[in-house]
Amino acid sequence: MSSPVFFDISAGAYIAAMIIYIAYLVVKNKTVGIVATAITVFGFFSQSTAFLIRWINSFYFWTASHPTSGIIESTLRAAPLRNLYESLIFFVWSLILIHLIIEFKYKTRSLGAFVTPIAAAALLFIDVSGTSKEIQPLIPALQSNWLLFHVLLSFLGYAAFGVSFGAAAAYIVVTTESRNEKTYIFWSIIIGVFLTVLIGMGIDYVSLSTTQRAELIQNYFLKATLRSSSGGIAAISWIGSIAFVFIIWRFGYGLKKVLTGLSLTPDILDDITYKSIAMGFPLFTIGGLIMGAIWANSAWGKYWTWDPKETWSLITWFVYALYLHARFVGGWRGKRVAILAVIGFVAVIFTYLGVNLVLSGLHAYGS
Amino acid sequence: MEEKEKKDIFETVWKFFASVKLAIFLLIILALTSIIGTIVEQQAEPSKNIALLAKFFGDAFAPTVYNIFAKLGFMDMYGSWWFVSFLVLFSINLVVCSLDRFPKTLRLVKTPLRPLSENGIKSMPVKKELTIKTSLNTARDEFFNALTASGYRVYEASGNGSIQLYTQKGRFARLFVYVVHLSIILIFLGALIGIRFGFKGYLNLPEGRASTVAYLSPDKTIPLGFTIKCNWYDTQYYKGTDTPKEFQSELVIIDDGREVLKKVIEVNDPLTYNGITFYQSNYGMMENAAGYFILNISSGSGQENTLRLKYGDSFEIPGTGIKGTISDFSTALTRDRNTGALTTYSEMMVNPAVAIDFDIPGEKKFKGWILRRYPETGILPGGNSVKFVDFWGVEYTGLQVAKDPGVWLIYLASILMSIGLYICFFISHKKIWIQITNDRDHARITVGGSSNRNRLAFENDIEKILSRASKAIEERSKK
Ligand code: HEM
Repeated sequence: MSSPVFFDISAGAYIAAMIIYIAYLVVKNKTVGIVATAITVFGFFSQSTAFLIRWINSFYFWTASHPTSGIIESTLRAAPLRNLYESLIFFVWSLILIHLIIEFKYKTRSLGAFVTPIAAAALLFIDVSGTSKEIQPLIPALQSNWLLFHVLLSFLGYAAFGVSFGAAAAYIVVTTESRNEKTYIFWSIIIGVFLTVLIGMGIDYVSLSTTQRAELIQNYFLKATLRSSSGGIAAISWIGSIAFVFIIWRFGYGLKKVLTGLSLTPDILDDITYKSIAMGFPLFTIGGLIMGAIWANSAWGKYWTWDPKETWSLITWFVYALYLHARFVGGWRGKRVAILAVIGFVAVIFTYLGVNLVLSGLHAYGS
Repeated sequence: MEEKEKKDIFETVWKFFASVKLAIFLLIILALTSIIGTIVEQQAEPSKNIALLAKFFGDAFAPTVYNIFAKLGFMDMYGSWWFVSFLVLFSINLVVCSLDRFPKTLRLVKTPLRPLSENGIKSMPVKKELTIKTSLNTARDEFFNALTASGYRVYEASGNGSIQLYTQKGRFARLFVYVVHLSIILIFLGALIGIRFGFKGYLNLPEGRASTVAYLSPDKTIPLGFTIKCNWYDTQYYKGTDTPKEFQSELVIIDDGREVLKKVIEVNDPLTYNGITFYQSNYGMMENAAGYFILNISSGSGQENTLRLKYGDSFEIPGTGIKGTISDFSTALTRDRNTGALTTYSEMMVNPAVAIDFDIPGEKKFKGWILRRYPETGILPGGNSVKFVDFWGVEYTGLQVAKDPGVWLIYLASILMSIGLYICFFISHKKIWIQITNDRDHARITVGGSSNRNRLAFENDIEKILSRASKAIEERSKK
């Protein structure tokens, strides 16, 4: 079987796992939880296989155009971390890996309901963003080991931040005691917007036929709804989305009741949030900022140029530094720091996607 | 009196700069203000940002808003006085706060661990109690061994009828926060050195030409102190595509009239001489340049020859009577899909081709296009061929020229920061006390411990030590 088949299997598995994890929150039945985990593990192995196959294929692709390149160099240049598509796939892979480790260590399954939706969102985004899935020749600027390690470590870091986002969001939901608290508005809107985008991408996906999807080279992100070229559809979508977020705000409090009585105590969630940030922060600092700077310096002689991508990485870094200091020495506790963890991941998403979609920068992928 | 007041003022200022609240405030401010510069294009032509602002404020107000923004420094924000002031405040905060705390932490790390009272042990965050049927000394030996096996260096104190083992590990990890903080200051210093003593310039160097200066702006040069020459520039493409595979230039350094260094540079592989580095950055075509066609001709009998010809020049393949005259050139030749006519699809040398009017004995004169990418286009009857090697002298290589004497400090700081973060987050300071008290034919064991991070892993550690010691004691009693 080829690499795309295994990828499709894993994508299907993760989306199925998401639904079952959420069902597990509601029915609290142990067998359901085990099924969710089993499907996730299955998806993970399938994705790992796909990843390896792609690596091997791109190895041959590289050596075909670089016959004098040595085995180690070819292996490094062939690492499937070279464009938006491959890096998002790797993000999902790392996210699931970290999630499975936490599930195993903390003996709690419920977090899956908060982490798998992030994976699903990333997978849907891949399909609607019009990123090329072909193995492409590597342009000169990308032929660098620093770049490879930069991407590898950053994405592991992003995945750790993704887990901390899931845990922090769950923490805020669990500890918000009444609908009148400000944190209730915060979490209901964050979750409402997240679900809106998820559903929006789902509609994009369904509205594209299979052949269209295969040939898609343009960004189709939310084009079927919010960013539709037809003003009417766009207007209706906006009204619908706002109404949807309102409904989540109005009736979302039930989620808290669903979450109580699980093995997920606020203490554990807080611990997971901190641990994954403690893991992500060094990875992101070393991989994202330091190696990115070294790569830029070796390619252009400038380690820092304040271009939007770099600046947003720095902003992300500031937010997580803020989290660490507020929590450890600033005496912030509970929901306040959890909110910082949520904002941190929003900054991550903006650094990675927003800068390319909304702003444009020096090392924006694609184009 | 005055002395005391001075001291008070100093203390107030010191306290202000040592506070973590200020750090939190500054981190928020830096994060928020940095966003501005990612939206407003930095150091750009005014018209670009006015067009951007018009989208938000309308055409009528955009110029006014632009002027206000420009006054506030938003157009070159990261160098503006207020942003730089925040960075300076941030550094002072970091230095003062670290200086304020470092001595205390150092003392904490240096003071040897002391034995605790039994109640003291019981008030530790992690505690365990158990009773084992064994003698005091056996228990002491086995707990000692178990702790040593886990990498602890054990100290011992004994009272009447009891022994206390106490130990700690990883205390130096507490100091590495300061390594992280120091590295941030070093990065600022490195950047300052680079700005003060280095430069960032560029140089567009045509093939075959040399320069003794680099450019900071179109009318501002900076002397290099030596001569740099470009032998050739070349773009390689992935086979059969217009996707670039490599941008390369061959550069030569001439110092004191001697050629001292020659290197083919690529993106990600620059050339450095005397602290000045030349990076492959872009390339282009020169206007009105008369270049040379480099042709490699070979005859069926195996004779080979490389020629350097100008437009309109003629040549002959030796011993064959085949004559050729260079009559046309295209930077990027293609056949139009609709009309079938030959056209040029790019001004860059993406797919260079030379047209040669051939005069072959016994054949009609004809015009042949020879493409560099496709050597088979130059094959002539009788095993003769003409290979189009290069059209030399019409391209320039675009170099970034940088001198940054601060970069080694940045690299050093990066290494320090990596090590510091790693140790800071993954090595915890653990302390364990084990009190063993004789209780008739039993030993009563009280264990207490603390760890500054990763409590879960620490609890597992203690479990492991306890079960290891208990098992060993059991084994012994069986013998
Ligand atoms: C963005 C810049 C900064 C970075 C990357 C940074 C990094 C760190 C890290 C990794 C820790 C350890 C946190 C932990 O134990 O989980 C830490 C602790 C600390 N930081 Fe920073 N820091 C920064 C800026 C500052 C500033 C401006 C101050 C000034 C008030 C400060 C004061 C402290 C203090 C007081 C501690 C606790 C030290 C201790 O445990 O004794 N930091 N910092």
